[in-house]
Amino acid sequence: MEQLATIGLNHYLTISAILLCLGLFAVMTRKNAIVILMGVELILNAANINFLAFSKYNGSMQGVMFSLFVIVLAAAEAAIALAIVINIFKIFKSVDVSSIDSLKE
Amino acid sequence: MSYLTPYTVIFYIFAAITVLSAAFVVFTRNVIYSAFALLFTFFGAAALYVFLSADFIAVTQVVVYVGGILVLLLFGVMFTNSIMNAKPKSDVLHIVPGTLLLLAMIGALLYTFYTTHSWMPSETMLQGSIVERIGFETMSRYVLPFEMASILLLAALIGAAFLARFDKPANHE
Repeated sequence: MEQLATIGLNHYLTISAILLCLGLFAVMTRKNAIVILMGVELILNAANINFLAFSKYNGSMQGVMFSLFVIVLAAAEAAIALAIVINIFKIFKSVDVSSIDSLKE
Repeated sequence: MSYLTPYTVIFYIFAAITVLSAAFVVFTRNVIYSAFALLFTFFGAAALYVFLSADFIAVTQVVVYVGGILVLLLFGVMFTNSIMNAKPKSDVLHIVPGTLLLLAMIGALLYTFYTTHSWMPSETMLQGSIVERIGFETMSRYVLPFEMASILLLAALIGAAFLARFDKPANHE
């Protein structure tokens, strides 16, 4: 009960672990490429929560700076991935990743 | 002996918003619902960043994720499902091994966190606003990654525009 009352590092790690596993579940089980991208975003958010939690309880700035760069990379990744998904949709008329099985048009 | 301070209650509310909306993103079959539930996940995560005294990161999260990435994802959903299709469903596969892996990983991680020795936090935790310190760090120790991020973003911008443009000359041949 006392552990529930005082917010510590384990609380943030718990949230982060749940987000990571939900993201992995989405990446594993979904067929729609856009939902897979959402799963990747969940995983990146989980990593960010971990970075910031360890940074706060360590008192250093490394985790904060790293999470800033993670957000930058996530933005670039989302833009490129959406462009690829739109191209896949133009060629295959579907974003179902289990039906995309040819390398050449 | 009251355990429920306002700080604790607000933390648990935001943690519940984050986790439950993330679960809704994953478990709902409707892609549009997933995208809108992701909005609440990002806002909840931003609130948790404020609890971790990373206020600048929280604002960046709202601006970049909610304003940029979520709009991109919604654009992708709208683009790849025809408007006439009233229920844009997303099929699932490997549901049983996926669920098993989900439960096993959550169980293993939480077991490790809660049964090993407790963490030893530093004496000097981050307190208050860290915007000024982020500015100093960006312009001193992290100036090279900062510049490299600008080059990477430029390359990603050009690459995305090149990949997504409509009339490729090669397609007309």
